[in-house]
Amino acid sequence: MIVKMRNPNREVEIDRSMAVGDLLTTLDLNREAHLVIVDGQLVPRDMVLSRDSVVEIRPVISGGSL
Amino acid sequence: MKCRVCRGPAVIDVRRHNANFCAEHFVKLCRDQVAKAISEFNMLQPDDRVLIAVSGGKDSLALCDILDHLGYRVEGFYISLGIGEYSKESRGYVERFASQRDLPLIIDDLPIDYGFDIPHGSRAAKRAPCSACGLSKRHLFDEAARKGGYDVVATGHNLDDEAAVLMGNTLHWHTEYLGRQAPVLPAHDGFPKKVKPLVRLTERDTAAYCLLRNIDYMVEECPMAAGNRHLFYKSALNDIEVSSPGAKHSFYFGFLQRAAQHFADAAGQEMPAIRACSQCGAPCSSETCAFCRLVDRATAPVPIRMKPSRSSTKVKT
Ligand code: SF4
Ligand SMILES: [Zn+2]
Ligand SMILES: [Zn+2]
Repeated sequence: MIVKMRNPNREVEIDRSMAVGDLLTTLDLNREAHLVIVDGQLVPRDMVLSRDSVVEIRPVISGGSL
Repeated sequence: MKCRVCRGPAVIDVRRHNANFCAEHFVKLCRDQVAKAISEFNMLQPDDRVLIAVSGGKDSLALCDILDHLGYRVEGFYISLGIGEYSKESRGYVERFASQRDLPLIIDDLPIDYGFDIPHGSRAAKRAPCSACGLSKRHLFDEAARKGGYDVVATGHNLDDEAAVLMGNTLHWHTEYLGRQAPVLPAHDGFPKKVKPLVRLTERDTAAYCLLRNIDYMVEECPMAAGNRHLFYKSALNDIEVSSPGAKHSFYFGFLQRAAQHFADAAGQEMPAIRACSQCGAPCSSETCAFCRLVDRATAPVPIRMKPSRSSTKVKT
């Protein structure tokens, strides 16, 4: 899957499917500080993202980048 | 994951409430939390005219949407700070939001109305950008409220903001600030009443609220913010929150309920006498208010530094 991240904008590719919660853990991102979005929709932690999904991980902490 | 309320498919987990919610019930949860904060701290009366400071970010736009939904009479106030692309883009988000929802909007423009922008003005005045910016925003917001006759001004400070400020004040034992840190500041000496209705919501809540309500907000951050201490405290608190859900809430609300009163004396001692600024008439504690002094320094002609000439280097006594 393709994972797009913001602040700063960057992309990583992950070549297997995994649940939203595991994706955040794999990327070492704090679950309180990020939302995961697919096709403009918020997706829950237990949703399994397929290998071909395009995913946005959006930081929610204001006051700069983390 | 199932919604705690309707048992339908959930879209978000909120660990400090130990529950998951569908879109509809998460939106309702956020509005209920804001209504609860408003009544708990006596923030607003039903017929108040409320001026909301809007930045184009998730918090201030969510605040407009929620207060409007709760039936308050709200208007927006935006300040263009002259911070390059960031200011141009954020203004676009605010203007689109306001026009889609018929939100009355007041816009102040620092470069046009006062002749300086934050990056250059703060350098000329030898202040940190965020300090010059915060001072300008507070002054212009107070002034807009005073001139427009609003009953109360509201800002989008959320639980993460307040907990981070509390952490900074506690680590350094700034007792006078601890005594003043509250979700409501009553009107005094010509300053408007100020409220923070989002204190029961986290940043993750307000961002999710915007997504679920189709509120298009500016995700990019102000370039001046990178690396500031406030962010560092937020991230430390989120690390604690992950292993101890609800920690931010109990840190902040526990402080308000059980500790804040012990610092009231420290806050009171420092209150100076108030008079009117000789230049702009704003209430302040000296001859000229801090904002007018900032404008003077930020717009003063920059002296050209000359290289020492031969003759001047010779004149040594
Ligand atoms: S980060 Fe600093 S300079 Fe940028 S808007 Fe916030 S206070 Fe102003
Ligand atoms: Zn539901
Ligand atoms: Zn003044």
